[in-house]
Order: sequence, then structure tokens, then C-alpha cells
Amino acid sequence: MIGMDLLGIEDLEREDIERILETAVHMREIGERDVKKVPTLRGRTIVNLFFEPSTRTRASFEIAGKRLSADVVNFSPSSSSLKKSESILDTARTLDAMDPDAVIVRHAVAGVPRRIADVLDAPVINAGDGAHEHPTQALLDLFTVQQEKGRIDGLTVTIVGDIVHSRVARSNIYGFLKMGAEVRIAAPPPMIPPAAETLGVKAFTSLRESLEGADVVMALRIQNERLAGSCFPSVREYSATFGLDRAKLHYAKDDAIVMHPGPVNRGVELSQDLTDHRPSVILDQVRNGVAIRMAVLYLFSGRRRLAAREIER
Amino acid sequence: MSHPSPPAGVPTGRSGNGSSNSRSILDDTGIRRALTRIAHEILERNAEPESLYLVAIPNGGVPLARLLAQNLREIGGIDVAVGVLDTTLYRDDLTTTGRRPPLRRTEMPSAVDDRVVVLVDDVVKTGRTIRAAMDALMDFGRPRVVQVVGLVDRGHRELPIKLDYVGKNVPTRPGEIVRLRGKDGSLEPPLEVVVTHDSGGST
Repeated sequence: MIGMDLLGIEDLEREDIERILETAVHMREIGERDVKKVPTLRGRTIVNLFFEPSTRTRASFEIAGKRLSADVVNFSPSSSSLKKSESILDTARTLDAMDPDAVIVRHAVAGVPRRIADVLDAPVINAGDGAHEHPTQALLDLFTVQQEKGRIDGLTVTIVGDIVHSRVARSNIYGFLKMGAEVRIAAPPPMIPPAAETLGVKAFTSLRESLEGADVVMALRIQNERLAGSCFPSVREYSATFGLDRAKLHYAKDDAIVMHPGPVNRGVELSQDLTDHRPSVILDQVRNGVAIRMAVLYLFSGRRRLAAREIER
Repeated sequence: MSHPSPPAGVPTGRSGNGSSNSRSILDDTGIRRALTRIAHEILERNAEPESLYLVAIPNGGVPLARLLAQNLREIGGIDVAVGVLDTTLYRDDLTTTGRRPPLRRTEMPSAVDDRVVVLVDDVVKTGRTIRAAMDALMDFGRPRVVQVVGLVDRGHRELPIKLDYVGKNVPTRPGEIVRLRGKDGSLEPPLEVVVTHDSGGST
């Protein structure tokens, strides 16, 4: 039974994930039509509330909403308007008074979407909060793997990069484990979360060992500003040891696929050649992102928290 | 609006799958006989059988469209295109009820422009599914003609929709559930149409 909000993969049951993926299969077919629009959410309003800049995720949600015929409103409070003493929760309450049917929230601080969900009547969908979760990214990654491999259960997935600072990694770890995959992480020691093993993943500091027998290799974006700090000596050294190219990919299974949440630092996380060609599936991930977000909007939008509470009473 | 009508004129059939209060109103032989007749009617009505395009409404319409296509091949010597069109995202009750029914597959292998599209559904009642199917169809193009096959017509229409080809008219009560089913809960033959008295849900 799918809950009111989509705040993280940690909250979902395997059946919920399966239902979202199954719905996305049919949403993807709409994207292949000449007329890429269905009337399902006609007259519904979806608000993109992005406190952190984003082009790709925001556009993906916007296209998804429009393909379902919803009206999509983009709201990106600038830091200056927030400085005018309007708190985040006040902003959210103001929007809620306009009766949206779903509010999509991105914020640089972990936990903000949940705080907003606590005060809103509309369902909240987390589009990324700090280093906490990015559930729709993990769902589109799961969907892409399922489309490519025909299954998720029993696969070996290696996630390479700055795991400790990555909401994409965290959501994917929860998602792939719930769907029955083996999850490995590979990174320089400062980028491995201290409690990695308790999450149920195997941590590696050797890329080669982490890739042996892998069906899926997921590279994460390296934030250059973090590299400049204490995490790692230099971009060149990171790229030499943890950057993926065709030679290193040989350690994985012959039919392994390569994923990346984008945008790729070409020549850092992935070689130029691997960024643009199979077995990388980066543009399929983007395409599947729209289908997954259509599925999420279909399944989560339109409900009212207060009405649901009334019924409970 | 409910029209009190007796469940008369329907044979009491065997009940299968352990549901005690369900009765069969059309068995596999009856379904095949009806579809053979409908195939003849389709050929009679349409001067250019090569422009025919059968479009099944899942799930029940799918095996029926397959059987119809087979009949059209045997009787008319023509290979008709067969598509599948899910109507769920076009339903008119999604926003009012907040329900989110599971989606089913859509596969439209050829363009519908200028074709004679024959929608195939198992059980027709309110006409709302047919309305949704017509809207969905228009998103795929501009058919020359749209016709509708209903294996079972229950009456209780809520929209001005009339069937072109009917397998069997079956008067039922609004609360009854009428559905096509196959062997062991699948939609594989032998097929039958059953009526159950369970409350809740509708086709």
C-alpha cells in the first residue's frame, strides 16, 4: 500500500517499488506515441518547489506532469526572498493554500521535504534533499536496470564514487537491496560512509575487486569543490584509480551496463568514449526518468492529507 | 438510476473456480459461435475489409479480438491488424475518486489513420469505457470509421453509445459483476462469461 508522500526509498516496501516500476512500463509507451499526452490529471496542479538549482530533474518532473495533462507551476524561491524573513515552511504553507495536487520539493538540507509534508495538505514528492535521498532517481535507475536486464533480483550492482555525500547512492542502495540485488560500493576511504556495512552493502577501496562479477556499474558525479578539499588529492588521481574506462570495465561481467545520474564530468568519472556509447545507458536513464515521474505523479498526486485523516476518525 | 430487471432468460450454468454464487451465461462454444457470426457481420458491413483494424480493450477484449482475427482470416481470407488499447488513463472517474487502478498494456502496431477501427470489449455496461477508448483512439490518429463489438451487452447505459455488433444481450442487475474468464483465472481457452452476485467493484 503506497503511502501519502514519496520522501525516500527507505519508506517503501518492495511491492510499492514493483507497482511504480510496472506503472512506468506503460507510461514509457506514452512517450513513444506521436501524441505524448493523456488526459489523466487534467485540471490538477503540480508545484515544483525547488530551493536548490536544478535543470534536469525539474524539467523531467515538468514534462512528466504535462504529459499527464496537469498544470505544472515552477516555484524557485531565490535566496534573497527567503532572506526577507519568509521561512521555508511559510513558503510551503502559502503554496498549499493555492490547493496544489502534489508538491515536488528539492532542498540542500536533508529532511526538509519531510518537514514540509508535516504542514501540507497536498502530497509531497522528494526531488532530492541534501545527502539524504533522491527517490525518483533511484526508481529510474531500478527501472533502467529492469528494462536492460529483465530483472533486478540476484544481480550485482557496484556503485563507484563519493558515496558518503550522495543522496543518489543512498536511495539506490535502499532500492537495489529491497529488490534483491547485491550492492557493492567502491571509493577512496574518505568517501565511504562509516556505517556502510550496516546498510547491507560491501565496501571496496579497490575498484578492480568491486567490479568482479558486476552486472551493473553506476558511477556517481564527483563534486569538484569536494575534491579540492580533504577527500582526495586531485581530480587526476581520482580519475586514474576510480574513473571508469573500457579497460577497467573488463573486470566486470561481459554484458555489464554502465550508469551515471548525470551530468558527467567527462574524463573524470567516465572516459569520453564510455560516456557516449554502449554499454553506458545514460540517455536511457534520462528517458526513463520521465516515465518514472509520470508513474509517481499518477500514483501519488491528488490525495488530501486532511481528508484522509477525517476518514480515519 | 437503477432499472429493476429480473435476471431472467439466462441459463444456469456450472460454476467454476470455487465461487459458489457465480453462474455461467455463455460458455466457450457459445462465445466462438457468437464471434463467428460477428465476423460475418463485420465483413458484410465493410466493403473494404483490408482497411479493418481490430483494437482490443484489455483485458477481456484481447482473447476475443484474437479469435475474431482468426475468424476473419478463415471466412474472408484477410489478415487484419490487431491492436491493444488500455483505457485506464482516459477514465472519467480518476480525479473524482482518487483511485489509481493498475495500468494495462497498449500496443498499436499500425497507424489508425483512415482505417475502419473495430473496438472489441468483453462486457459493455455504462458505455464509459467505450467513451474512454474512443478518446484514446483519437490520440493515435483519425480513423475513418469506429465500430464497437461487445460480447455481452448488459444494458444500464449512462452515455449515448450503441454497439454495432453484440454477442449476447444479457439483462442484469446493476450490482452484479459480469466478466469473461478463462482456464484457471487466465484468459486462455476455454473461455466463459460468468455473473457473480458479489457486491463491490464493477466492470
